[in-house]
Amino acid sequence: MDLILNRYRNLTALVAAILVQLVLLAYQVKSNQEVRLIRVWAVTAVTPLARLLEGGRSGTVNFFKDYFVLLDVREQNKRLQSDLNRVQIENQVLRSKLDTAEAGKALSVFQEQTPMKTVAARVIGDSPGSNGRVVLIDRGTGSGIQSGMAVITPDGIVGKIVSAYPTASTLLLITDPAFAAGVLSQQNRVHGTLKGTGNSGVIVDYVQNEQNVEIGEWFYTAGDDRIFPKGLPAGTVTSVRPGRTAKEITLSPSGLQNGLEDVLVILQGDHKPIPDLPPPNQSVHLQPLPPADGDPSDPLSATRTTGAETDLDREVERTKRIGEDQKHVFGERGRGAPDFNKVPEPAARPMPATPPVNQPRP
Amino acid sequence: MSDLSAGFSEPPRRSKVAKSRWITIIGVPLAAILFQVYVPRFFTYLAYLEMPLLVTVYYSLRRRSPPFGVVFGMCIGLAQDSLSNHPLGMFGIVKTLVGYFAASVSQRFEGSSDLLRLVLAFFFFFFHQFFYWVLARALLGQAVSFEPVQTLVLAVLNAAVAVPLFRILDKLDVTD
Repeated sequence: MDLILNRYRNLTALVAAILVQLVLLAYQVKSNQEVRLIRVWAVTAVTPLARLLEGGRSGTVNFFKDYFVLLDVREQNKRLQSDLNRVQIENQVLRSKLDTAEAGKALSVFQEQTPMKTVAARVIGDSPGSNGRVVLIDRGTGSGIQSGMAVITPDGIVGKIVSAYPTASTLLLITDPAFAAGVLSQQNRVHGTLKGTGNSGVIVDYVQNEQNVEIGEWFYTAGDDRIFPKGLPAGTVTSVRPGRTAKEITLSPSGLQNGLEDVLVILQGDHKPIPDLPPPNQSVHLQPLPPADGDPSDPLSATRTTGAETDLDREVERTKRIGEDQKHVFGERGRGAPDFNKVPEPAARPMPATPPVNQPRP
Repeated sequence: MSDLSAGFSEPPRRSKVAKSRWITIIGVPLAAILFQVYVPRFFTYLAYLEMPLLVTVYYSLRRRSPPFGVVFGMCIGLAQDSLSNHPLGMFGIVKTLVGYFAASVSQRFEGSSDLLRLVLAFFFFFFHQFFYWVLARALLGQAVSFEPVQTLVLAVLNAAVAVPLFRILDKLDVTD
């Protein structure tokens, strides 16, 4: 026996290694349980290094970002000296843009506003191998995270925790084929199951061909899967077509549209009703311009009916009327300026369609 | 071409078996797995670079010992499995086979030839992807798709990266 083993030493090693792994695989598939200890070791070994890399990367990026922001501030100061008012407005706009552009701040604002109990986490790694849609986040059981918890961003749902370890957790993205969640359409209240495709998009399955779903319609979480609270945005419909057994609906996931860097893990959910209006890209209502009629006793108020829309337009009209009234030609040499204190004759106003009731007749 | 013919014609030279430093044997695979985990977050197209596989092929070729290739491939594969969402053993079995076959090839041919390395990296990448697909369908019953043309293109890309990578790793090794 020893002779055979020695002779076929290489083959024996191969067969033994394959057998051990096949048994390991069979145990996991049959019992539907994972071999936690090996995963904990691997994740615990990789997490500090990944954190170190992420810290170095974000530190370098922030350094250069700050450097260029400082350069911008210097340029702004130069402009401030030449045109203070204009730059003040620009500065306000830039500040507001900077404020809203900071994803982390937006996340913390969202975290403060939402009634749900959440914990913020940062994505520190992708799944090894190009087959899965799983990422590693830097929070684990130490932060209260458990397997099965929902993960979101302010824009929508992102995925769910599939494994939680002491220092990190693995997050199954909604684009993974193994992902599923119950969703509800906003306008027609159509119920379906959100599934990943393995690519960047997701689909809504189990929607009958007779049910009405429109392109651009929002889908929200239905809350019946016991993972995602009701009322969280899932995405917008990009294509709909009738299928053999059910409608083929493709969604653009809203939670992944702005990249995936910082996420919120829902520790304690809060169901919300499906909103009647879509959350982003809301149209802004603008009030109409003020009415053109002014004080009737002011002869210059007539200029407001001639298409003048701004104060500058009205001032130009007023100046022209004063010039015409005093027979002054602007730009002619040696004529000086007209007397701007003389109020010109009021312009002829349009007659009303019906005469006033109490007007005396001749 | 002469490079390849030299690699195929020369008998194996046992005296040129490389003895790697243990720190590189542990550090390089760890770096390869970290690369796989971290870098594709920012450069998505680099996700198709199978660094752990290339490292498995390299060390199996260098050490010329099938048992070493088996253990090395198994460890890297299981580490990769641990960080993914599929059951432990999928990458493990595939990389065990890659390690074994790469080490077996190196017993017959000179593994330091660039052209031979190119061909082997190409072949083992295709084998790795194909065998993973077979395992996923047969053992897990997953409906995973396999696209041969895309896999061949990726195999060429991985092989192109493998040659300079192996040269760099050569510098880290001590040859007796």
